[in-house]
Amino acid sequence: MTTTTEQLSDTTLLRFATAGSVDDGKSTLVGRLLHDSKSVLTDQLEAVALASSNRGQEAPDLALLTDGLRAEREQGITIDVAYRYFATPRRRFILADTPGHVQYTRNMVTGASTAELAVVLVDARNGVVEQTRRHAAVAALLRVPHVVLAVNKMDLVDYAEPVFAAIAEEFTAYAASLGVPEITAIPISALAGDNVVEPSAHMDWYGGPTVLEHLETVPVSHDLTECHARFPVQYVIRPQTAEHRDYRGYAGQIAAGVFRVGESVSVLPSGRTTTIEGIDALGESVDAAWAPQSVTIRLADDIDVSRGDLIAPVGDAPAVTQDVEATVCHVADRPLAVGQRVLLKHTTRTVKAIVKDIPSRLTLDDLSQHPAPGQLVANDIGRVVVRTAEPLALDAYADSRRTGSFLLIDPADGTTLSAGMAGASFGAVTEADADSAAQDAEWDF
Amino acid sequence: MSSVATVPEGTVNPYALSHLDSLESEAVHIFREVAGEFERPVILFSGGKDSILMLHLALKAFAPAPVPFTLLHVDTGHNFPEVLDYRDRTVEKHGLRLHVASVQEYIDAGKLRERPDGTRNPLQTVPLTEAIQQHRFDAVFGGGRRDEEKARAKERVFSLRDEFSQWDPRRQRPELWQLYNGRHAPGEHVRVFPISNWTELDVWQYIEREGIELPEIYFAHEREVFSRSGMWLTAGDWGGPKDHEKVETRQVRYRTVGDMSCTGAVDSDATTLDAVITEIAASRLTERGATRADDKMSEAAMEDRKREGYF
Repeated sequence: MTTTTEQLSDTTLLRFATAGSVDDGKSTLVGRLLHDSKSVLTDQLEAVALASSNRGQEAPDLALLTDGLRAEREQGITIDVAYRYFATPRRRFILADTPGHVQYTRNMVTGASTAELAVVLVDARNGVVEQTRRHAAVAALLRVPHVVLAVNKMDLVDYAEPVFAAIAEEFTAYAASLGVPEITAIPISALAGDNVVEPSAHMDWYGGPTVLEHLETVPVSHDLTECHARFPVQYVIRPQTAEHRDYRGYAGQIAAGVFRVGESVSVLPSGRTTTIEGIDALGESVDAAWAPQSVTIRLADDIDVSRGDLIAPVGDAPAVTQDVEATVCHVADRPLAVGQRVLLKHTTRTVKAIVKDIPSRLTLDDLSQHPAPGQLVANDIGRVVVRTAEPLALDAYADSRRTGSFLLIDPADGTTLSAGMAGASFGAVTEADADSAAQDAEWDF
Repeated sequence: MSSVATVPEGTVNPYALSHLDSLESEAVHIFREVAGEFERPVILFSGGKDSILMLHLALKAFAPAPVPFTLLHVDTGHNFPEVLDYRDRTVEKHGLRLHVASVQEYIDAGKLRERPDGTRNPLQTVPLTEAIQQHRFDAVFGGGRRDEEKARAKERVFSLRDEFSQWDPRRQRPELWQLYNGRHAPGEHVRVFPISNWTELDVWQYIEREGIELPEIYFAHEREVFSRSGMWLTAGDWGGPKDHEKVETRQVRYRTVGDMSCTGAVDSDATTLDAVITEIAASRLTERGATRADDKMSEAAMEDRKREGYF
């Protein structure tokens, strides 16, 4: 018994998102993953069977498993991102199940913002289409570390290797040029179950992992020694009790990198420097801690530090700025316009800001840019220039998803307007690996 | 103690966190965000395992300082005595302040009417929302998990409620990165779900890892029960059993703790945490499917209750 418990506790967690348009078979893939990994329980299946027969359907409709809202079930569509949970003996999974219809961009951005892996589905009969390129571009823009291309419906193309190879090659070249660091292409049939959980008996020519095997083995975090260490201060802990009269700790979740006791650090935006006297990892005193651990840091000197400040190693701190240049995905139904006053939420700091300029809007279909659109509407992706009322310690999103991201919020009613990513849009595109200088210029919008 | 030495052996990346550590870190982050951004937060505390887990996480999040939140219990009047006892001991042990919103008082005052089926779970909504308004709570922590139920799978971690406490699934804010937007107008509040991403099994594994004490009814014990709608309900003075329902003594335990009139026990011989975890890992029934009558009332029962202000 103990063995079971320990095995289950030692697993890691992978957050991933799916992307696919309505007819690519995304629901079937999600259903297959849940069903074949035995994550759908009897009472859920019974509820689906009952609901399906109540509607006069002959077979249980597995979409009812995932469409949780009354309106979704009535209309047979998925309205909103849903999160699903399943596990294998090797790993736990949180799946951001993003609907593939009209409002694709903001939904995929929502799902991809916390994902370490994105599964992009392609119909083997259609190959790489506009929608596929759009999904690849969003994954690149959000800098999802791993992308899986699932070439689905292989059963409908006689499980032919050349069909898969051509699609995989075209997609990989395209995604790599956008800066997607790792791409794994897998030929599947979600309907027949080929290479989803079980290896396919129809595709001997394929020697790679199944979708689930890949999900189970992909590394879940980057080599953090490479990352710039960042600690946004969330809350100051001062017990002021007899036992802890002098305790003053800065609570937060390490956004990136590693912090060690004895290390010299700067506190931004003030720029004052001190050393880390101690790190308390939820009750245990430790020598070092790393992202994404929630810890409490104690500093050697009694300097002024409060919520919204950022602690970073001396000599490796981000620049402090009031002028933010970024790519935003506009997620609200009301537009974002030049001159608009907004709130900008970055890590634990929320400041007043004004939209100074919207230099361009991107069309994801062909990655073309439209200069000076004046405003962005729902699902638009565009470049913005924002001036903030107070300085921010902001990283490029390319360097840190956590300290390079921000929200624009409507000060009137708190609506989340846009999801922002500081710095250049698409990363890792160098002169050498870009297909042509002309294409390169197009993406640099 | 050095944390570098506690990295599980055989892990490819020495910096990878175990899934329980990831979930714990995320939940603590959420508690601290609320402490940093809201004026009057409260934790819903029923003495059930999810709220016990939340309180434990909150204690860790602010240690060595006390938890900067009060607690609120919506008392249906049909609670398990062991659970109320646990609730009171916990409040006292940690020096917390507990608010109680009583369904029974609402019924006695004629502000709520008993339902024909005797179930009081849906009746909690009014005392809950009125307590929120009365105390002007602006953030209300709940132990809801997205794996519990299909409507809850659509719930945000920060869920904005209007002045009537209503949830509108179509008007939810997108939740991006770990940037939780808690802005709200006066009168509105935010429901906060720090353990959204935990599953039932995660909860139990964490309880075992942390050595958290639970009310005894979560472990197998002899109990007088009777069968109603395929579930074992505890016989008691809340209105069960009816004349035709036969009481028998069985060895059972509870997977969830709610109102006695609609929370079923399951047959079990799991008397230890280990045995409970093994039992849940092998179970072919979800927690709510096995033990909650109120969710079976209609296909969208939970969504409808949530829209009205329920958790």
